[in-house]
Amino acid sequence: MSTHGNMTEQSVPNGLPPQFGKSNIMTPLLPFNGVDSSHSSRTSSPANRIQQIPASQLPPSRTVIPATQLPPSGMKPGFSVNQVTQNYANLSISQTTPLSSPKIQPFGTSTPLLNISKNDLPAEGISPIHAQNVFKHSIQSHFMNVPGSANNTNGRHQHEPSIQEPSNNLNTQNLMQDKPTMRQSLSQPVMDKQMQKIVLPPNQNQIAKQPINFGSTPNISQNPSQKFNHNLFLNQNVPKTTSQSKIPATIPFTNTPPVMRTTPIPPQKVPYITPVQQIQQNSIPQPFLPPPLQSINQQPAAQSSNVPPSNIIQPPKTNLHANRYPVSPQIQNNLPLQSHYQNFAGSQVQQQQRQNVFPNQRTSNVVQAGFNKLWGQENLDLLQCPNILPPTKVEPPRISLGQEFLDAANCSTDIFRCTMTKIPESTSLLQKSRLPLGILIHPFKDLDHLHVIDCSTIVRCRACRTYINPFVFFVDMKRWKCNLCYRVNELPEEFQFDPETKTYGDPSRRPEIKSSTIEYIAPLEYTLRPPQPAVYVFLLDVSRAAVESGYIHTFCNVLTTTLGNLPGDARTQIGFIGYNSALHFYSLADGLNQPHEMTVLDIDDVFLPCPDNLVVNLQERKELILDLLTQLPTRFNNSYDTGSALGAALQAAYKMIASTGGRITVFQSTLPSVGPGALTVREDPNHRAGVEVQHLNPANDFYKRLALECSCQQIAVDLFIVNSQYVDLATISGISRFSSGCIYHFPLYKASRILQAENFERNLKRYLTRKIGFEAVMRIRCTRGLSIHTFHGNFFVKSTDLLSLPNVNPDAGFGMQVSIDESLSDLHTVCFQAALLYTSSRGERRIRVHTLCVPVASTLPDILASADQQCIVGLLAKMAVDRSMQSSLADAREAFINVAIDILSSYKLSLNLGTDGGGLQVSNCLKLLPLYISALLKHTAFRTGTSTRLDDRVKAMCDMKTLPLYSLIQQIYPDLYPVHNLLEQSIVLNVDGEEIPQPPHLQLTARCLDSKGAFLMDMGEQMIILIGPSVSEVFLNEALSVSSYNSITDQMYSLPILDTLLNQRLTNFINHLNDQKPFSATLHIIRENSPNRSIFIERLIEDRIETALSYHEFLQHLKTQVK
Amino acid sequence: MVFNFPAFSYIIALIGDAFLIFFSLFHVIAFDELKTDYKNPIDQCNSLNPLVLPEYLLHLLFNVLFAAAGEWFSLLINMPLIAYHINRYRTRPVMSGPGLYDPTSIMNADTLTRCQREGWIKLAFYLLSFFYYLYGMIYSLIST
Repeated sequence: MSTHGNMTEQSVPNGLPPQFGKSNIMTPLLPFNGVDSSHSSRTSSPANRIQQIPASQLPPSRTVIPATQLPPSGMKPGFSVNQVTQNYANLSISQTTPLSSPKIQPFGTSTPLLNISKNDLPAEGISPIHAQNVFKHSIQSHFMNVPGSANNTNGRHQHEPSIQEPSNNLNTQNLMQDKPTMRQSLSQPVMDKQMQKIVLPPNQNQIAKQPINFGSTPNISQNPSQKFNHNLFLNQNVPKTTSQSKIPATIPFTNTPPVMRTTPIPPQKVPYITPVQQIQQNSIPQPFLPPPLQSINQQPAAQSSNVPPSNIIQPPKTNLHANRYPVSPQIQNNLPLQSHYQNFAGSQVQQQQRQNVFPNQRTSNVVQAGFNKLWGQENLDLLQCPNILPPTKVEPPRISLGQEFLDAANCSTDIFRCTMTKIPESTSLLQKSRLPLGILIHPFKDLDHLHVIDCSTIVRCRACRTYINPFVFFVDMKRWKCNLCYRVNELPEEFQFDPETKTYGDPSRRPEIKSSTIEYIAPLEYTLRPPQPAVYVFLLDVSRAAVESGYIHTFCNVLTTTLGNLPGDARTQIGFIGYNSALHFYSLADGLNQPHEMTVLDIDDVFLPCPDNLVVNLQERKELILDLLTQLPTRFNNSYDTGSALGAALQAAYKMIASTGGRITVFQSTLPSVGPGALTVREDPNHRAGVEVQHLNPANDFYKRLALECSCQQIAVDLFIVNSQYVDLATISGISRFSSGCIYHFPLYKASRILQAENFERNLKRYLTRKIGFEAVMRIRCTRGLSIHTFHGNFFVKSTDLLSLPNVNPDAGFGMQVSIDESLSDLHTVCFQAALLYTSSRGERRIRVHTLCVPVASTLPDILASADQQCIVGLLAKMAVDRSMQSSLADAREAFINVAIDILSSYKLSLNLGTDGGGLQVSNCLKLLPLYISALLKHTAFRTGTSTRLDDRVKAMCDMKTLPLYSLIQQIYPDLYPVHNLLEQSIVLNVDGEEIPQPPHLQLTARCLDSKGAFLMDMGEQMIILIGPSVSEVFLNEALSVSSYNSITDQMYSLPILDTLLNQRLTNFINHLNDQKPFSATLHIIRENSPNRSIFIERLIEDRIETALSYHEFLQHLKTQVK
Repeated sequence: MVFNFPAFSYIIALIGDAFLIFFSLFHVIAFDELKTDYKNPIDQCNSLNPLVLPEYLLHLLFNVLFAAAGEWFSLLINMPLIAYHINRYRTRPVMSGPGLYDPTSIMNADTLTRCQREGWIKLAFYLLSFFYYLYGMIYSLIST
């Protein structure tokens, strides 16, 4: 029994019926992969569709499909498999018969743990089980967190005998009798349809597990411990692991009584984590409890109990169960918790109301339907809740596809994110919602575990070339239907082989079907030429300004230490060019004692002084390279050449590696002033604070054209700007923007400034050692009816869905605006697939495929409730950058405000409150949008009135376009934590057993600060700890190891490692924050009265500054505009 | 039937207009190819850009002739297009060579549809004006 049960469980998530004679039982599963195909267009003949698919969607290298990829002709699988296949095929195709009684079946499937042999059951899929009972079971198993309890199966066994009895009809009638009452109670015609769609009630257990499995929350347990190696507070002296972990293991449990901690900021309702949560965390034996689910947080309890997360989740439906069944204890537990998270008076009252209402729900059904609808979106008044930020990390909303397997298989929100978790079915609906539709993708993100598949044939749709993914539909064992173009494709024989168990059979056990992020090692037909070696060329500005900034020294040091860690195989090549008014080439020929420098003075017509040995093999000439790196820092100390021939140097570097492709890294410290691509100073320092910002566009197209040439030769150019003066980043950034490079900017760089030097060094180290993909292309495919409208990021758009990325790096993010071309009303889900084809640094051609599946919704409240605020902000920022380049910054700022107004207006419209709504109503899933937009308006990229250097602004705009979402949000709205009371905070253990305190997020406003406190602001690459003047002596001594407040120097850039608990907690906390970043941030500890405090204070963006509105004023402004 | 200057200007306009029709046809086809991924945007821009100025100049040329011939009505119906051309070229993206189309921004769906629509409208306009010029030519030939 138990083994059987396990197997069932295994096969159910795959979306296929189990093989062992259960095809009958699983009949109701037929709505395949969450989609009921009888209602969708998929049943229509695929042949029609094929012709409609544009040839454009075929891949660039459209080779003849090799014989191996063609389906095997004479395959004869085992009889049993075949039979099951046939059964299954029949069932899945002839949708209509089993669904003739759809009211029963969906619930029948709720007990997948069924040990009934195939023969026992009638051929027809009508489940003879007493409907009421089955229904109850499904709810029970759902509520009780037990995936198919023993109770459950027993119940089924009792009913087994009744199979042959003719009570079949009777039971059906029973249910039918039930139904009208249900419908009455809801007074919703949608009901019927929903019932049909209910496929398989997932058990709560798995839903709760999802964040852990999927790791969208970068929780500690998933981070590899090795990351700690390069954390900020590296100190070998302190034994971190064992001895220390013992101490706090006892202390937090004893020291923190479950009493409300006295917060130092009493007047405001700062959303601290309350003891309730602490207790819960302590009591649960898991090493790490994921942060409270946003979904629980946001959605009302009734919704979290929503049994069948079918495609259209509507609040009334959820209350079906609330009405009929007592609310489970678990859910009631959630309620007090929930009210703790949301410290707003309004919502608390609402929630209390809801608690009270639950018992009476059986009586006034109609009224409640209306109320519940309201609760479904749980709106709140922005003006009345100043502390809108949740105390924990803002969790991305989950996409609910209606089948837990599909939900689990969906792409991680860190990689792929859509601005809505439900796609509107038509353009008009999208416009009504006023939300931007788009996707953000971080395709080459460093992943902890990634399925790599090495196979001879990659299974792809023959029409649209989509890679097989978890969301395809299996017609039978040998055919699958593409989920993007709906063509039915043959499945190659190999695909039925499961590499893990090394058995043939069920294709749904393949990793391609189990995971939507997958990497293939590409066979030969994916290569146009032999995979290129890793080639790196470094262009070093050696003009006077560069020498004075002192970056060369740092660069040479870092490169010397990381030379062995540069990604690449034995073929790795490296070259150097120095440039001021002339070009300095370094010949590293075999047999030389030391590098030869060749200076080319003719920069107008660039030529290479010698044909080879400028780019040399790293392994073979390591000595010479190291020699060069020791000589370079001092080589130009006595040169007073102020010119900079960047254009010529780029052309020379292009010539050097045009035949292979590779990466050019440019270190630029001054405005390129001579040779091709020379620029003039355009910025007027007096107008830095002006409202009109000019010169955001390039002055000439030299760099853009060169970038396109580079892109064609698979060369990417990365920029490190270490300037002290204007360098016209708007123009020279073109070289990176269109060659898929990245841009680093260190304004006013001086190597003597420790913090800056440290930041530069860390960036450079990360840059040199991170993964790299060469000669890459990325193609975004989406379901027919959708199309990619605009791309955002650094790349060159080769065709409507193909991005050319000469290099791809793990820190690059991309955004796409999506438009709806055709109505999607006959679809239940849409998919986006991003396929990144690249050459790894070891010379392997690989394809990384990410697939995101999003359900389609048809009502405005649904769409508005599905908004992903962070993703929306990320996309808006990208669109605003385009807007400010194409028209003006003022336009972009206005557009931001208009978006906020539009969204709030449409929400108000959807609430149907009329004009009586006094405040600024907003749904829970959009509550942070105005906050982020007001932060964006004060961001370096879009602010006006405050003096902003043009280069800084342009760099910030480039970041908006290219940063992955999590770092972008951190830039827009940095995280602020109180760190003076870490001992009182709840803790969690990370994978190393270290205790990580969990201080709450604070709003970025001065009212959250306290003179008795210390506050850490995490801005991504930089962390600042502000120490208040009256912070406790204990904190100063034990955490910072300083005797008094005044003895904190202005140059405190690290945390001492002490043997005190407070210090450990702080260190652990900072390490924990750093673990989520590509490289650890620099730390600056400043006193409240130090001259540096402005860098902290200016980030308190909710407060009013002389030229910009405070958040509250911004809300007031919105309120006057929202109609 | 006298061969006068207005008739000459109409004949030139007829010939020029035939060329313009071909230009706009080419334009429409080129953007269609871009949309359906047959061509690389860099190549396509390289082939389109050199044709932009000749088209504008050709159009301007016979309008100058109309002005010289005193064919005010013909000039009037062409004025909006001339104004559009001037504005279009004035607001072109920063580029060193002649032309309008930037391979990095042309694949934007908005730009693509705008350019395609522009091609169709121009084609229609040139076709209609072709018959008008034919009529004008005959009219001016037989009127005196």
